[in-house]
Amino acid sequence: MARPLLNVPREVKAGQSFEVRILIQHAMETGFRRDAMGAVVPRDIIHRFECTVEGEEVFSATLHPAVSANPYLVFTARLERSGTMVLRWVDDAGVTAEERVAIRVA
Amino acid sequence: MLARRSFVLMAAACVVVPHAAGATPEEVRALIRAVAGGAVPKLGRVKLEVPQLVENGNAVAMGLTLGEGVPAGAVLTDIHVFADGNPRPDVAHFRFGPRAGVPKVTTRIRLSTSQTVHAVAVFADGSCWQDSVSLIVAISACLDD
Amino acid sequence: MWRSAALALAVGLAVVPAAAEEKRSGYDDAGPQVRAMQDDDMANPAFLWVQQGAALWERREAGRSCADCHGAVEAMRGVAARHPAFDAARGRVVTLEQQVNLCRTERQGAAALAAESDALLGVVALVGLQSRGLPVDVDVSGPAGEAAARGEAFFHLRQGQLNLSCAQCHDRLAGQSLAGSRIPQGHANAYPIYRLEWQGMGSLHRRLRACLVGVRAEPLGRDDALLAELELFLASRAKGLHVETPGVRP
Repeated sequence: MARPLLNVPREVKAGQSFEVRILIQHAMETGFRRDAMGAVVPRDIIHRFECTVEGEEVFSATLHPAVSANPYLVFTARLERSGTMVLRWVDDAGVTAEERVAIRVA
Repeated sequence: MLARRSFVLMAAACVVVPHAAGATPEEVRALIRAVAGGAVPKLGRVKLEVPQLVENGNAVAMGLTLGEGVPAGAVLTDIHVFADGNPRPDVAHFRFGPRAGVPKVTTRIRLSTSQTVHAVAVFADGSCWQDSVSLIVAISACLDD
Repeated sequence: MWRSAALALAVGLAVVPAAAEEKRSGYDDAGPQVRAMQDDDMANPAFLWVQQGAALWERREAGRSCADCHGAVEAMRGVAARHPAFDAARGRVVTLEQQVNLCRTERQGAAALAAESDALLGVVALVGLQSRGLPVDVDVSGPAGEAAARGEAFFHLRQGQLNLSCAQCHDRLAGQSLAGSRIPQGHANAYPIYRLEWQGMGSLHRRLRACLVGVRAEPLGRDDALLAELELFLASRAKGLHVETPGVRP
């Protein structure tokens, strides 16, 4: 998968909720389309997204074909200590994208 | 004549996808009951934001937040989203972990026709709440080439 | 109703051109949800392609990278606003896509990027972004003007099985509804765009092709001189509007 676009603050206040915004390129092929020859274009979507910080779960999502192409997600996190945020996307073909962001808690 | 002409233009431009069975409101009600452990979730606590008139079904902005009157200690753990007129009813299942901040999700979804979108929120105390929005889709997710 | 509209069109065309209507970008006709996507660079999927373009800008392939000659991409400010441009040495109009591939093959020792590829769309979107907010400012003096005139003739040509010209919808009927959307004036000031109907990024050629196929006319070939001339005419017609690349459209 191509690299996602991330909008994650690098420095946050302890205990304060902050937004994480992510955008990743993926056709999210539904499995309902037919090609010019009439054959069904097989489903291939990002079906799982997970965000953790130092092993603790922040947010996760199970996605279905109803999620638009090039999935855009905004969610929130709250940290007490500095740590590395790990964001992970998995698609039906088993392809995984992973990004790590170091976040400092002031 | 204009209606027929624009239909021809639209038909020429669309790859129509026939599919045997789509989601139905009954199917979604059953899914919601299953999420809520057999009960029917009360209306409230979760707020589903989706435009009521959708100009293009390919990428519909959808927001989920907590609504009014949520007690201070209530901890949101999951939100399930269903669409009762899409080819299949499941849209997404969001889970909020211990490091989640203020409960909030924004994403973009596909809607194939005018229908009702449902959000079901599950809290740590096992209670379930729901919200729904009935909307009109002006053009469904349809491709031109 | 269509018959009387066609009659009015025929009469109108024979008399005087339509009164100069205020120029509207496709952005203004697009509706609040699409506008919101374009307004937020973080929510605009086109920036996934811009990111790829930025990586390609620095990458050396078989010789030089774009950056080796052009420096930082910010130096390209104004370039997209002036394209398509008449290339006197080649004696023809060159679009920005074509210029990128001419640079690659003639100066970088690299292969041309495939049409509608992520790489080509990414670089063109990246360069276009450097002109975002600048007024469209193509040169239509001298031979460029003659080329744009050929593009203009095509714009007014009724063609295809539906026997429609671009002008009939985008000059006369702009602002009215077709299949749930407002017909835009057809200014190409935001290309390459992320189009919701494509669920992806595409060039102006892709959009024009869809329209021509839509009226059941023969689409213009990508390397057809007339395509570049039509794009130059469209850019000159858009003067007064600003570059919005990379735009979002329904």
